[in-house]
Amino acid sequence: MKITEEMVDYISQLSRLQLPPEEKTAMTAELEQIVGYMDVLNTLDTTDVEPLSHVFPVKNVMRADQVVPSYDRASLLAGAPAADKDAFLVPKAVE
Amino acid sequence: MTWETVIGLETHVELATKTKIFCSCTTQFGGDPNTHCCPVCTGMPGTLPVLNEKVLEFAVKAGLALNCEITRRSQFDRKNYFYPDLPKAYQISQLYLPICHDGAVDIGGGKTIRIHELHMEEDAGKLVHDPWLDQTKADYNRCGVPLIEIVTEPDFRSAEEVIAYLEQLRSTLQYLEVSDCKMQEGSLRCDVNLSVRPAGSDTFGTRTEMKNLNSFKAISRAIAYESRRQIELLEEGKRVVQETRRWDENKDATYAMRSKENAQDYRYFPEPDIPPVEISEAYLERLRAEQPEMAQARQARYQAHWGLPAYDAQMVTSQKALALFFEATVALGAQPKQVSNWIMGEVLGQLSAHGMEAKDMALTPATLARLIALVQEGKLNRNTAVKVFEAVFATNGDVDAYIREHGLEQVSDTGLVSSVVEQVLAANEKSVADFKAGKEKAFGFLVGQVMRQLKGQAAPAVVNQLLREQLERQ
Repeated sequence: MKITEEMVDYISQLSRLQLPPEEKTAMTAELEQIVGYMDVLNTLDTTDVEPLSHVFPVKNVMRADQVVPSYDRASLLAGAPAADKDAFLVPKAVE
Repeated sequence: MTWETVIGLETHVELATKTKIFCSCTTQFGGDPNTHCCPVCTGMPGTLPVLNEKVLEFAVKAGLALNCEITRRSQFDRKNYFYPDLPKAYQISQLYLPICHDGAVDIGGGKTIRIHELHMEEDAGKLVHDPWLDQTKADYNRCGVPLIEIVTEPDFRSAEEVIAYLEQLRSTLQYLEVSDCKMQEGSLRCDVNLSVRPAGSDTFGTRTEMKNLNSFKAISRAIAYESRRQIELLEEGKRVVQETRRWDENKDATYAMRSKENAQDYRYFPEPDIPPVEISEAYLERLRAEQPEMAQARQARYQAHWGLPAYDAQMVTSQKALALFFEATVALGAQPKQVSNWIMGEVLGQLSAHGMEAKDMALTPATLARLIALVQEGKLNRNTAVKVFEAVFATNGDVDAYIREHGLEQVSDTGLVSSVVEQVLAANEKSVADFKAGKEKAFGFLVGQVMRQLKGQAAPAVVNQLLREQLERQ
C-alpha cells in the first residue's frame, strides 16, 4: 500500500502530532515499510483462523462491586500539568 | 407529497452499580469535583482497568429482558478521540463484539421495535468552561460510571412510538433494578437519528442525529421540529446534510453543532487491557432464573386474577416497589380493588407530597392492610382513615395506637347515635318539617348535623338508618 504525505498529515492530526517537514518525509517512508509488512501477512490463508485480540489465554478477569475510598484529590491533581484547587484545567474545550 | 418520518434511537443508560466500570470509586451522583476519582478513572499512565462483574451481569440481564441474543465471547474495544472529557484520550467501549445483539421490544398496538445491539462502555467526565480563567475545568466524578448503550433499528415512524418504547424500556430496566433511569440526573439519555422519505419509499433519506434530549417532552418536540425542517428542505428542492444537531430547549429548535474535524475516525481496536468475556450456559441460566416479572405481565395477571380495571393495573405497576406493595397488601387479606384505590389515591398522593419514590417508602403493606380492615369492619370512617394514613405515612406509625390516642374509633354504638339523632331532630324542627314535605335535601342536612355532633366518627350507614327510622316514627 502506498502511503502519501496527505495520509501522514491526516494521521498526525488525529494523533495531535505536529511533524516538521523533514520528519514527515521520513515518517511517510517508515509507515510505508510497516504497512508493507502487513501485505506479507495478508498473503497468509486465515480462512479457518479465529481473530486474535489478546495474546494470553486469559478471560473473565473481573472484580466485585465494592466501593474503595477514592484518592486524595490534591495528590491526584498534583500529577496534572495544570489544575486549580478542585479541577484539572485544560485549554478551552467547550463549544 | 406525503412524507414518512423514519427514526432510530441510541439510548445511554447509567447502570445502578455501586462502583465504576473499571475501578472501585463510587458512582454516587454529585459530590465535590474530582472526589470520586482515582488514578484509573483519571487516566494516569501505568494503571490497569478491571471490569466490574455487576456491569456484565446488569448488561446481560437487560439484554435478556429485551429479547436479545447474548454474545458468548465478547470483548471491549478502544474508541480513540482527543477531548478532555476522557482523560485517557480514548473510551473503553464495545464495537466488534457487543455483549447483546438482535433483540426486539413489543411497544403495543402490534408494533415491534428491533434492537440492533446493546453494549457496555464508560461514561465521560464533565467539562465546565470558566470564563474568568478562559480555561475549561474537568471534573472526572462521572468518568468511568458504567453505561449500556442500546441501539435500535430505524423502526420508529412517529414520536408516539418513540415515547412508547422509552417508557417500556424505562419500566423494564427499573423492574430489573439495573438502572434508576432518572432523566433529570442523566441516567437515561437519548440520541435520535431521524430522516424523512416519501411515503411508500423503501430507501432511507439522509439522516441527522440529535443530541441533548433529556426529557420525553424534549424528544417529542425535537422530532416534530426536525421532521418539519427536513420536509421543508426537500420540498424546496434542497438536500439534507448528514450532521449532528443539538436540541435547544429554550429556542424550541435544533441547530447544527460545530463539526469536530474528522470526528468520525475513532480508529477502534481491541482493548488490550481488558481480557475477553466468556459467558457460560450456567451463568445465563442463573440470570434467566433471576429475571423478575415485568410490568406488562403483572398488569395482565392483576386484571385476570383480581379483576382489577386496566387503568388501576397500569397505575399500580408503574413502579416495581408499588407493584410489590400492592401484592403484599392483597396477600394480607385486603380486597384488591380497595388496595388499588388506596395506592392510586393516598399512597401516590403522599409520595408526591413528600417528593419520594415508592421504593423509599417507610409505610408497610401491614399498615395499609390494617387500615383497610378497620374501614371494612366499620370501626373506622373512610375519611378518618385517610387522616390516620397521612399521620402514620412518613414513619409507618402504629395505626391502632394512633386511633386510640386520638379517640378516632368510629361510633357504631347505636344507643349513642340514637340519642344524638333525637337531639338533632328536636333542635331542627324546620328541617324535619321540610323533609316530611318531601324535601330530600333536608335529610342530608340532618345527617350532617348528627355527624358533626359525633365528630365525624359515626358509621354513615348507622346514622342513615337510625335517622330514617326516627323520622318515620315521628
